[in-house]
Amino acid sequence: MELITLFGTPGPRDPTIRDKVRNAVSRTRDDLAARLRDVVANRPEIDSDLLDDLEAVMIGADIGVRTTHEILDAIRERVARDGLKDPARLRQALRAELRKALDVEAPPLAGAEPGEPFVVFVVGVNGVGKTTTIGKLAHRFRRSGHTVMLGAADTFRAAAIEQLEIWADRTGVPVVKQRPGADPSAVVFDTLRSAAARGVDYVIVDTAGRLHTKHNLMAELEKMTRIAGRQVDGAPHEVLLVLDATTGQNGLIQAREFARTAGLTGVVLTKLDGTAKGGIVTAVVRELGIPIRFVGTGETIEDLVEFSAEAFVDSLFAA
Amino acid sequence: MFENLSDKLQRVLKNLRGEGRLTATHVDETLREIRMALLEADVNFKVVRQFTESVRSKALGQEVLDSLAPGQQVVKVVRDALVEMLGSRTARLEFAPNPPTVVMLVGLQGSGKTTSSGKLAAWLKNGGRRPLLVSVDVHRPAAREQLGLIARDVGARVWEGTGTQTPVDLGLGALREARNSAHDVVIVDTAGRLHVDEALMVELDGIRDALEPREILFVADAMLGQDAVRSAERFHERLGLTGFILTKMDGDARGGAALSIQSVTGRPIKFLGVGEKYDALEPFHPDRVVSRILGMGDILSLIEKAEAIVDRKQAVELQKKAASNAFTLEDFRNQLRQVRRMGSLESILGMLPSIGPFKNLNKVDVDEKELTRTEAIIDSMTPAERRNHRILNGSRRKRIARGSGTSVQQVNQLLKQYVQARKMMQGLAAGRAKNTGKRKKGRRGRGIGRVPV
Repeated sequence: MELITLFGTPGPRDPTIRDKVRNAVSRTRDDLAARLRDVVANRPEIDSDLLDDLEAVMIGADIGVRTTHEILDAIRERVARDGLKDPARLRQALRAELRKALDVEAPPLAGAEPGEPFVVFVVGVNGVGKTTTIGKLAHRFRRSGHTVMLGAADTFRAAAIEQLEIWADRTGVPVVKQRPGADPSAVVFDTLRSAAARGVDYVIVDTAGRLHTKHNLMAELEKMTRIAGRQVDGAPHEVLLVLDATTGQNGLIQAREFARTAGLTGVVLTKLDGTAKGGIVTAVVRELGIPIRFVGTGETIEDLVEFSAEAFVDSLFAA
Repeated sequence: MFENLSDKLQRVLKNLRGEGRLTATHVDETLREIRMALLEADVNFKVVRQFTESVRSKALGQEVLDSLAPGQQVVKVVRDALVEMLGSRTARLEFAPNPPTVVMLVGLQGSGKTTSSGKLAAWLKNGGRRPLLVSVDVHRPAAREQLGLIARDVGARVWEGTGTQTPVDLGLGALREARNSAHDVVIVDTAGRLHVDEALMVELDGIRDALEPREILFVADAMLGQDAVRSAERFHERLGLTGFILTKMDGDARGGAALSIQSVTGRPIKFLGVGEKYDALEPFHPDRVVSRILGMGDILSLIEKAEAIVDRKQAVELQKKAASNAFTLEDFRNQLRQVRRMGSLESILGMLPSIGPFKNLNKVDVDEKELTRTEAIIDSMTPAERRNHRILNGSRRKRIARGSGTSVQQVNQLLKQYVQARKMMQGLAAGRAKNTGKRKKGRRGRGIGRVPV
């Protein structure tokens, strides 16, 4: 580009930056967390190297540079105040701090008016695993002896309705659907009416994946929640944001935007069966004060477990 | 959050003044902010560490160009280094000497492989190729139906195979079909998988060995975080990627993962996915993504794009007209068309940085239909009416409304907007005439004035 040559040093480019970075990053599996354990075990005093390593582990887990610094600052203060010298104690303090940040009370998924369904909306950006999560969630409700109905309000994505129907078949729950391209609010309306008529306990509404920057789609979502509220008192009772554990710092912005338009009440963290840690939820929980409800850990219908701050923090520091 | 970051960076840049060569203070202060910016953009922390170290030694002692403040000079070194890392030229799709060329799309679940397959087919069709699509995703419910529907929408053929075939058989069937029916590209959509899922990775090996793809593209979500390096590295080790597609770039993620993936694979980004529609696939330009990762917006590319389309002469003429109050509805329509040729308004707005005067622009609701309506209304006028809007009385307006399928209110509203735009242009033209003498260096700033708004 012109501008580059205009400002740049003339002559052939030095290729070293690219090579250097590449060498430094390849073999990413060298185990930072394990090294940290060694460091903690073998070092008698807390020093800046140790804090740097802790920072690297946290940022590497997608906790984000800001949240990491805030938490580490709090820890540092505590170290100074309590005269904390032992690295093992520092590690404990850090884990306690993280657990505290993540531990938000999660009210039970119940409490609709007698005779009315408990309505759950599942929202999120494209490709995070909303439909799969709905399949697992439906299975969970069924297993605890409740009746469930699904609403196929993703009328946009090709074959989204078919995908939901396959999950519904597997769990043996009915789906209310319309044509592809139909108004999603109309699907919500139909679903809730049919659920009320049949006396269903739980309704789970699948929504189209939408980037939080698409204002028209976010407005559509707002309308869907409004329609639900008109149909059933207090609906949607639960609005779950599905966040993909591989997502980085954009996750917080997504959560903010969805909270603003749809009033989030909880988070489901998916794809935790890979190597990604999903640390961005720390920032989400800290800022929005909503609980992480479930964690998705695989492709089968059983792979949805309740979130545990304890286990989550463990995994952040695991290899 | 990002706004704050950019603001802070701007402040640091301003505060570093003077001196002909870059000193350690200049470099370190700026790099601290750059480091934050890169981490916020999800560039892997190891990449960031090594990168800033390398840039530091490169920048130290460099001469500061006349037109730049020292801090800006550092950013410029950073920018160049980033462009260099991402590959300094636009990478192209490679075609096999003996068709059909097999292009295989791989990646994690939900990265956008199926949508990208459809977009790629549309892009190839546009370039005069005959793509055949095949989904070898036998795992995700309704995945193959999804590709079938997308293929129908973009007007490309899809090889269905049978429900019980293995991925390799499906792929081989498509390859045979392509040979028989003169399709010159086969796009293979594979199932999403985690890089730690050994069974599924073995499946990919098999597909690659059977189909011998010319291109193996890793489809990666622009929102990926720190783990992007791990998944990309594993896929690359296993399959030997030839490039990657960065999807969901129409969101507001900064896309630092692109840099991470590039670092561990050394392979170029070939395409960007920039929207829900099937034509929303763009060849990748490294410098643009770099601006975005740095959070400085893509203002340069916007100017380039605008300049490529707006004939300079026409622009000058328009400015003159604006100054002399001869800006007609015809000119208004021409401008509208030029803007629309630049792509969807949303994608244009997305290229602007989220700082300064554009801070809130990307939150503006954009209604593409509104533009179509406006064009229709102006099209329904007679040339005389377009040249002089003052003759538009009630009955003319009624006729125009009927002709354009709108209402008189909508015609009135457009006229009101036009009169306002006209006034604004006069103001701008007058203002610019005053300013040009004073601000010789503001090249970028002046360029923006040419963007028709």
